[in-house]
Amino acid sequence: MKRFFSGRVLMLCSLAILLLGVAPAQAAVNLNMYYPVAVGGPITKVIDDMIADFEKANPDIKVKAVYAGNYDDTRVKALAALKANQPVQLSVLFSIDVFELIDQGVIVPFDDFATTVEDKKWLASFYPALMANSKAKGKTWGIPFQRSTIVMYHNKDAFKEVGLDPNKPPTTWNEMVAMAQKLTKKDAAGNVSRWGLHIPSTGYAYWMFQALCIQNGEELMNQDGNRTYFDKPAVIEAMQFWRDLAVKHKVMPEGTIDWGTLRQKFLEGATAMMWHTTGNLTAVRDGAKFNFGVSMLPASKRLGSPTGGGNFYIFKSANAEERKAALKFIKFMTEPELTAKWSIATGYTATRADAYETNVLKKYVADFPAAAVARDQFKYAVAEFATHENARNKKFLDDAIQSVLTGNKGAKEALTGAQAQAERVLKGYR
Amino acid sequence: MKLKRPISVQVYAWLLLLPALVLMVAFTHYPIVGGFIASFFSTGREGRASKFIGLENYSSMIADPVFWQVLQNNLIYALGVIPISVILAIFMAVCVNGRLPGRSIVRTAYFTPTILPMIAVANIWLFFYTPQIGLLDQIRGLFNIPSHSWLGDTSTALGCMMVLAIWKDAGFFMIFFLAALQGIPPELEEAALIEGAGRWYYFRRVTLPLLMPTMLFVLVNATINSFKLVDHIFILTKGGPDNASSLLLYYIWEVAFGFWDTAYASTLTVVLLVILCLAAITQFRYMEKRVHYQ
Repeated sequence: MKRFFSGRVLMLCSLAILLLGVAPAQAAVNLNMYYPVAVGGPITKVIDDMIADFEKANPDIKVKAVYAGNYDDTRVKALAALKANQPVQLSVLFSIDVFELIDQGVIVPFDDFATTVEDKKWLASFYPALMANSKAKGKTWGIPFQRSTIVMYHNKDAFKEVGLDPNKPPTTWNEMVAMAQKLTKKDAAGNVSRWGLHIPSTGYAYWMFQALCIQNGEELMNQDGNRTYFDKPAVIEAMQFWRDLAVKHKVMPEGTIDWGTLRQKFLEGATAMMWHTTGNLTAVRDGAKFNFGVSMLPASKRLGSPTGGGNFYIFKSANAEERKAALKFIKFMTEPELTAKWSIATGYTATRADAYETNVLKKYVADFPAAAVARDQFKYAVAEFATHENARNKKFLDDAIQSVLTGNKGAKEALTGAQAQAERVLKGYR
Repeated sequence: MKLKRPISVQVYAWLLLLPALVLMVAFTHYPIVGGFIASFFSTGREGRASKFIGLENYSSMIADPVFWQVLQNNLIYALGVIPISVILAIFMAVCVNGRLPGRSIVRTAYFTPTILPMIAVANIWLFFYTPQIGLLDQIRGLFNIPSHSWLGDTSTALGCMMVLAIWKDAGFFMIFFLAALQGIPPELEEAALIEGAGRWYYFRRVTLPLLMPTMLFVLVNATINSFKLVDHIFILTKGGPDNASSLLLYYIWEVAFGFWDTAYASTLTVVLLVILCLAAITQFRYMEKRVHYQ
């Protein structure tokens, strides 16, 4: 019995030593992240494939990516998880939430741990237009991942039908109005069967509005995110122009136009032109049964569009090892080859210039020039609307825009009201 | 012989009640009290701790035009959805109570909206309501009526929400009324026929009073749903255009989780609680006299 007992003990001890010896070497770093999808197409599958490639190349890091809805939903989910002390180390979040995330004290700037010379070169390799929304207080808080600008899609077949040159989309506001009027088709009973233009005003109304304002020469907020300019005369003019498209020029329906169903409306020919994110490009290409073109947004006083989309953020709750792993992962996801692959699968722009030098993207752009329009627009792009307590101020602006488009308020009244509300909120941040 | 219960039995009784009590306190009473207290403080942020500000949250709520808009919306919504869905439910129940052929198919058809998740229903209705390519506008096209942006117009957005809610809930309430109708003894109807009472008279004087317990249950449920069910707003309009279709609970979510202004959200929650309490008290008091349980 004593022999049996000692044999057992010996076995257990050796097993324990083996496990102890083996375990630390195989402890994988687990990363949890949330990411949003705001465009059409099988995006979650693309992300899962990219992550699978990363895990193959880095067997000691496991990444669990959770699709969390649109940008607002993902921000809510990530913040809720962080407040509940659930393990979340990084996420893709709206680039414009940067001030909110800093105020909540949940993110760390990349400059703190991306300190090698190679890291600094990597940080500097992204398009400056995209870094404008990623930097604050002189530090880099986000890395561009799914970024876009607004582009104008137009139905080439419809252009041909009304005698317009399908390869010459409008380049100024006046041209756009004139062409849209020609493109608006009425049926026998006098009801509109095809509109000339659609600019969506739900979901991201402030984003479309920012494009109109920039084209009219005005920014909507300052670099520090603590002052808004909703009541400048050029801004009110831009709002009035948007309203006039429906009421005076009659090229757009009255009321708000839904963001989610707009792509479908364009594909079914209910509108000949639409302003939409370049992130929908691949979905439009896959679904279009007609020839379509993509061009930069038209100018009023100048060309322009806000950038859009999501950045990678790393959370303070991640420990040093997790931050290193997260940085590795982000670097992988933003490598030229991968950001090229991502751009082709979705229509989002690649986030760095050298991505457009890769063979796969060079060939794609040569085949399908529409893919380069959003990138070419970077020259004229500005930072997207970002302020402290951004969700609140965005809502003031969205409500004002929607109240004008539904005819309930005049442009000046609505925007001065929104400016007053935003002032009250931002006063404390100056 | 003294019939005083020994202590052990009392302890036993309290122990049996304990699990339910713990859950009730943890998920109902504690949050109510916690929310009420939180409404007197300001929201804490990085660098600005939460501090006691008395009734300031309430005064800024009264000064908030969105709050009044949302409150008005919810009252119109409740006053529209509750009577219509209840009347529709009674009507449908009476229809399928009789011995018509294909009765079970019709009952299933009426009940189907209830089993669909609200988010799926909202996505389907989003396409119904889409101008030009949506189902409603295609039907209008057949009659040559011009297209209308149902969800994009402030005067019709709330109405669209109401239609969806009625469509979804009427089937659910119908089941309760159907069960109650099945419980009414057929002798009453025969007696009424012999006495020469008309069908409407019979319905008004016999059926309805006997349905009162179910009616109370359905009305309470309908009231709760009209404040609680806001899932469709997330899909259809996100409260727009310009808060025309926003409801109180949706606004609370927006403030709490969109703006992270938890103190203001607590204030709004207190208002919602007061409204629901008043509704509950009114309903039970009013119906008490008219409800006869058998």
